[in-house]
Amino acid sequence: MTVESQELPLEIMELQMGPSHPATHGTIKFNLKLEGEKVLECDVEVGFLHRGFDKSCEQVTWTQVIPYTDRLNYASSLINNVGYALAVEKLIGVETPPRCQFIRVIVSELARIFDHLTCCGMAASELGAITVGFYMIEARELITRIIENLTGARLTVTYVRIGGVKHDLFHDFAEQVSRSFKIIRKLLDDCDRLLSRNRIFIDRMSNVGTISQETAVSYCLTGPILRSTGINYDIRKAYPYLVYDQMDFEVPLGKKGDNYDRFVCRIQEIEQSMKIVEQALQQLPVGPVWIDDPRFVLPEKEKVYNSIEGLMHHFKIIMEGIQVPAGETYLAVEGGNGELGFYIVSEGGGRPYRIRVRPPCFIAMGAFHEMIRGYMIADIIPTFGMINMIGGECDR
Amino acid sequence: MSESGANLQYIQEKLGARVLDTLLLQGDEVLRLDRAGLRESFRFLKEDAKLRLDFLSDITAVDYWQKKEPRFEVVYQVAALKGGWRLRVRVPVPENDAAVESLTPLWKGANFLEREVWDLFGIRFIDHPDLRRVLLYEEFQGHPLRKDYPVNLWQPLVPERKVEGTFVDEHSQTKLLRLKQTLGNKN
Repeated sequence: MTVESQELPLEIMELQMGPSHPATHGTIKFNLKLEGEKVLECDVEVGFLHRGFDKSCEQVTWTQVIPYTDRLNYASSLINNVGYALAVEKLIGVETPPRCQFIRVIVSELARIFDHLTCCGMAASELGAITVGFYMIEARELITRIIENLTGARLTVTYVRIGGVKHDLFHDFAEQVSRSFKIIRKLLDDCDRLLSRNRIFIDRMSNVGTISQETAVSYCLTGPILRSTGINYDIRKAYPYLVYDQMDFEVPLGKKGDNYDRFVCRIQEIEQSMKIVEQALQQLPVGPVWIDDPRFVLPEKEKVYNSIEGLMHHFKIIMEGIQVPAGETYLAVEGGNGELGFYIVSEGGGRPYRIRVRPPCFIAMGAFHEMIRGYMIADIIPTFGMINMIGGECDR
Repeated sequence: MSESGANLQYIQEKLGARVLDTLLLQGDEVLRLDRAGLRESFRFLKEDAKLRLDFLSDITAVDYWQKKEPRFEVVYQVAALKGGWRLRVRVPVPENDAAVESLTPLWKGANFLEREVWDLFGIRFIDHPDLRRVLLYEEFQGHPLRKDYPVNLWQPLVPERKVEGTFVDEHSQTKLLRLKQTLGNKN
């Protein structure tokens, strides 16, 4: 008896994945067209977390915007703080003292480590390597403790101010950092041994979600996704800000532009960030952490309670906001996911006229259909995981 | 700074009347372009070997309602991947014909960015392949980042639960009453 092989009738299935799907951590919806398990088309729907960041910022004073920036990419809120403060300072035309700049570099890099650990740990645990997920969360917890000791908050920190930082580093900051980094290096080493020869992990990450250099540039991608294709574009090197030009660090690059390269880029960037923090702590100059300018800096509490000038000064800054001259500027910093830009328009006065954030992961989601076209439906999980879409930043 | 000034001058020479203005604001080079032939102007900026502005960072808009005429300005941030310099391009757009040419043939990433500008400002992009709302839902009326859109106007898709007073609804009111009754019985 002969068995005739018969082709199954081809039928294109439409599937809606999300907006509350256990594998898509973050509210996002994929409208998929599938041929069997192969993704033919993917239409990404974002905006479920839209809460009008731009419009809200236009209603409040320049200082009150800082807590809003925390809630953009809440995995690296310190970088958002730094980026916003730098943009407003550029518009005012002031420069913070050297110690403040070094502290800002240190906290930015701590936030970057936090961001990358979140992304890589979650991506690994979604592929079954739950141990790696827990190890990375343990490493992240060490960073969180440093941030908590420094700022008083774990996630939405509001540490940076226009013209300085809220307060100086605490007395044994350097010791806590070196102690934590030692443990983090050990944990990352363990994770590397768990993953680098792990057949399941590599099969699911390697050659999945691949994009070419031209496509990546055409889709305006930045950050680890762009660098995984081999293009050396890091804002810290291309357009240096703060004291990054005095730091000795490398920009890890990939070759193929697939998920595995993105993962490796992020893991290597953690090591580079730790190197930057250690260098910055060694070179940390002594001095004030605020600019010496009463127009932008709140007076000391002693003056507020004991002198009428101090009280008036405090009242004017709180009620009217700091006065930013009319003008406009764009300033980009290297966020955890790529170029985080702030375009600010001021009409003069205490409130912003327009604040626009260039959200790196919103733009990456715009290229998602290109990354996933032709791959399996299960490949959505690692590809989406390596973009590290943070709803707060993507949807604003 | 002198080199970048030279770049602006070079662009002005090449593009001629399409350049409305060149500015230097807070150390940033700003170019104001006419919206006629916008895609061709950007193609020149992207492909010219001297300028090498091959990377589109961002597209957004600003609404100068009752402040400036024409009302809108679409703002493009372009950069060089090699580093070195950035350029901001501002394109004035009037309210009665709010449309500019789409840049999707040059950079595919312009797709999402232009959809966002359409969504929040109501500026159309000619020849855009798929101009839908991106952050808001299709049923949304108006464009919220326009300055004449009230900040506290809500447009819920499903009718909201009736709330009397602050954080007190009917359900919790009855719960509160019941609690008071039980307490009253005890005391």
